[in-house]
Amino acid sequence: MPTVNVFKDVLFKALGREYSTEQFEELCFEYGIELEDETSEQEMVKKEQGEEKAKGKSNRGIYRIDVPANRYDLLCAEGLSRALKVYVGNAKPPVYKLVQPAGGKVQKVTVLPETAQIRPHLVCAVLRGITFDQDTYDSFIELQDKLHNNICRKRTLVAIGTHDLDTLKGPFTYEALAPTNIKFVPLNQTKEMNAEELMTFYESDRKLSKFLHIIRDSPVYPVIYDSNRTVLSLPPIINSNHSKIALETKNVFIECTATDITKARVVLNTIVAMFSQYCAEPFTVEPVEIATPNSTSTHRTPDISSRTVEATVGYINKSIGIHITADEVVRYLAKMSLSATLSSSRKSVSVSVPITRSDILHACDVMEDVAIAYGFNKIAKTVPRSITVGAPFPLNKLADFVRRELALSGYTEVLPLILCSHDENYEWLRRKDNGEAVKLANPQTIEFQVVRTSLIQGVLKTISSNKAVALPIKVFEVSDVVFKDESRERKSRNQRNMCVVFASKTSAFETVHGILDRIMAMLNVKLVSPDAAQDGYFIRESDNPTYFPGRCAEVVHKALSIGHLGIVHPEVLQKFEVPFPCTALEINIEPFL
Amino acid sequence: MSQESIQTDILARLDTHGSIDDTAILPYASDLILGVLNSLLSKEILTYTAIKGEKWVLTSEGQEVASGGSPEVALFNLIPSDAGLAVADAQEQMGEKAKVAMSNAMSKKWLKKQGDQLLRAVDSVTDQVQADLIKIKETGAFGDARVLQDYKRRKLCSAEKITSYSVQKGERFTTNVQKEATEITAEMLRTGEWKGQTFKKYNFNAAGVQVRGGHLHPLMKVREEFRQIFFELGFEEMPTNQFVESSFWNFDALFQPQQHPARDMHDTFFLKDPAVAGEMPKDYVERVKHVHSKGGYGSIGYGYDWKYSEAEKLILRTHTTAVSSYMLYKLAQEARANKEFRPVKYFSIDRVFRNETVDATHLAEFHQIEGVIADRGATLGDLIGILYNFFRKLGIEKLRFKPAYNPYTEPSLEIFSWHTGFKKWVEIGNSGMFRPEMLRPLGLPEDVSVIAWGLSLERPTMIKYSIDNIRELLGHKVDLEMVMTNPICRLDKKMGREI
Repeated sequence: MPTVNVFKDVLFKALGREYSTEQFEELCFEYGIELEDETSEQEMVKKEQGEEKAKGKSNRGIYRIDVPANRYDLLCAEGLSRALKVYVGNAKPPVYKLVQPAGGKVQKVTVLPETAQIRPHLVCAVLRGITFDQDTYDSFIELQDKLHNNICRKRTLVAIGTHDLDTLKGPFTYEALAPTNIKFVPLNQTKEMNAEELMTFYESDRKLSKFLHIIRDSPVYPVIYDSNRTVLSLPPIINSNHSKIALETKNVFIECTATDITKARVVLNTIVAMFSQYCAEPFTVEPVEIATPNSTSTHRTPDISSRTVEATVGYINKSIGIHITADEVVRYLAKMSLSATLSSSRKSVSVSVPITRSDILHACDVMEDVAIAYGFNKIAKTVPRSITVGAPFPLNKLADFVRRELALSGYTEVLPLILCSHDENYEWLRRKDNGEAVKLANPQTIEFQVVRTSLIQGVLKTISSNKAVALPIKVFEVSDVVFKDESRERKSRNQRNMCVVFASKTSAFETVHGILDRIMAMLNVKLVSPDAAQDGYFIRESDNPTYFPGRCAEVVHKALSIGHLGIVHPEVLQKFEVPFPCTALEINIEPFL
Repeated sequence: MSQESIQTDILARLDTHGSIDDTAILPYASDLILGVLNSLLSKEILTYTAIKGEKWVLTSEGQEVASGGSPEVALFNLIPSDAGLAVADAQEQMGEKAKVAMSNAMSKKWLKKQGDQLLRAVDSVTDQVQADLIKIKETGAFGDARVLQDYKRRKLCSAEKITSYSVQKGERFTTNVQKEATEITAEMLRTGEWKGQTFKKYNFNAAGVQVRGGHLHPLMKVREEFRQIFFELGFEEMPTNQFVESSFWNFDALFQPQQHPARDMHDTFFLKDPAVAGEMPKDYVERVKHVHSKGGYGSIGYGYDWKYSEAEKLILRTHTTAVSSYMLYKLAQEARANKEFRPVKYFSIDRVFRNETVDATHLAEFHQIEGVIADRGATLGDLIGILYNFFRKLGIEKLRFKPAYNPYTEPSLEIFSWHTGFKKWVEIGNSGMFRPEMLRPLGLPEDVSVIAWGLSLERPTMIKYSIDNIRELLGHKVDLEMVMTNPICRLDKKMGREI
């Protein structure tokens, strides 16, 4: 969840009253945002850099507010206070308007076909006659950062560039050129460099280095020029120093380059919706003409026309479980900054979705806004009408019976992790990798390389970290192991195993054998002789590298081997750092379903 | 001296005199006496009270004087009655005691000094110090306190705290003490001996003998409680024994866009082998693709280029909702085949996997509890109602719901409960109604809505058992003693140790 910092005084001015912390917390809770912290610049600096650095910093009160990840319109103070202002009934939502420039000739950008190789989409807009002060200027920069980090997916999907239009001369071109052919002075630098040098230059930059990979290996880099061949930006890395905006900037040229056109439109709309507030004529935006590659047609951005979503009053009431009138629906939606009109039959509403609400995809989103405005905590509690019958998953029921019998037999349950290292699953158990284990592609540590194919390693690890416990240590686990399985859609299957380990001063084959017999008896499985053709189980000597030669048996059930028991091989114990003899049993319990 | 003979002596004295005023007169060590007294006290044969006192004892130096005489007398005896003795000679013969001997003898005016010669000043002396010390040794006391202080200063004796006892007859006084039994034996039952036998008084304050049986893991005890609650509410358990999932069922089927941060390498374990899923239900995949990229069922969709290559990537499931989406798919298939929809309540409690950095509150694996209800016309009010029912069974009465965001539910509600300890609302779970973009491609009838909620199993367990590091609860680093000693869990009862 992104966190937005808002000055308390700015917020209270917008809301038209002061709030106590509790009151404001309550307001946030009902609206669906969260007051995370109450602080100031001074306090924040103090926390991060120490008391010394904090001296002289402002102690103006700041609310840190968590906003939902899909509400880009709440990512800055402007949007947040506007939404709350409407919610508390203190204002009506703004209406955004496209206006032509004074001369009537709009800015034009030609997108060249080569850009398709690297970053095909571009949308632009102009904000005229803007007046920044320090707060709003900072907020403007911060919103771009927040958008880059969230919807833009760290600039991979969309990158934003904002420029002082008065330093540039249209028409513009959006091109894709070889890195060495692009030369300019990057933002806040003095030296001109080509794009290849620039990549090297920013390798050590804490903030920018993480974006370089997006285009670095491409034969061509995206770049925007004005008619004088002045570079505006090298998206998604950096703007040029030439066109940088400042507190005094009056006319702002915004460009968003993208690999995802839908998100580019959302980003551009969010910026213009938030900051057109400070234009000479508030909430107006000047369009830019985009000439697309391989096409003679042009289109204008941004598209600020509102969409319409229809929802019937019946659907809204039935989904929430309330009974409100059509007029109330309209009134509640207005609280959520959504203007709605009633159909002539008064049975449905037509909601005009403003550009700030890209999160509204379906009538259910409208229904939710009604529910929020109505108040989740005011909805009458009901219970689903249908009668259903409870039932356990049979395998879990079986596993729970086995667990209980093991505990009743004096064994203690352990719960190691399901993921383990490759060594723990194979080499340490003296097993060869036979390719049956599921392997992870991107673990953060070697602790998690494979999904276990047996339980014994986790149980031995648990014993190893409990060496101080009085002997004998008698432990068990009943849980899943995973095997690759080509025949299945998910190419793998779980198997429910049971593992018992007895650790003491001497090995104890008969003791563990006794546990096997006990569990089988409780599962009503008979001990049969190996040559009899009866249903049941028996054990026979077997070779298994995990166990000591001559002290290992396999458990056979209905002519199939379902696991092993034996004295754990001393080399295995050494690997797991277990200093006393262990005797173990591990079998698949699924045949007893 | 045996315990038995001390006991006989004490009982005889009590029998004769009715009481013993002070056991200090008995010739036994104080701890031996106490042992006998306690044993007889437990049988109510006698009672006693302690007398705190002081006893003077000789130091090792005092012992020497008591047996061999004081150094000043020894010095006096060294000097011939008719001649002198050189100081140097006295020193040589008496060693380090010479100095104290000379100073004492001089102050008593037994000797005089002429040049370096020591001469007798009196004809004979008596060794009063020796006599005094012998008396102190025998009686532990001395009449003249000034003298005692003087000997104390000379480090010849010191005071010692002693306890002796004043003893009286008890209610069941007898000189004939019978040996007491601690347990009833089979032999006693057979012979009837138990009737005449006296039994040792039982110490009800002592701890019972420690039991060494088997134990279930606390996390699984809490799981059992949750399962029970679901059964009571009529929920059927889902088959969650499938850790490997395709991105399709885990994300795409839930209308989670392919660029969603949860699908990042940082959050999800992707598989190297096997890397991609086998064939997924074709028609359904097509419907999911369409609703993501172009919309449908009244939705505008996300408007992006949906890729099969992203959906077929295999992962370790990041939530059990992956299983829920598959179960709902099967439910829709069933409804189509039977031409009749069957309302269901499903639940699961099982392991999920996140590629997170491990710390005190995060593990790469944990258990998720999930409840799902699919019914015609299920409402948000139903969700809130069932959550009240569910959490009331956990002993939680006060709930509050906050609007939240989740890609596959709309509305989405975070569940908060009032924490009486912290005196604030704390988040305890998530819930919501599945979006039509998720349900309709599954093929569920349009009027079927699905409400669901989820929470982790570890968090309530940690709160219940007051465990603040998740690694002490799940994984191989757990302390077996913790598993063996933690009590049963009744979610509706306070355990008294809740964080």
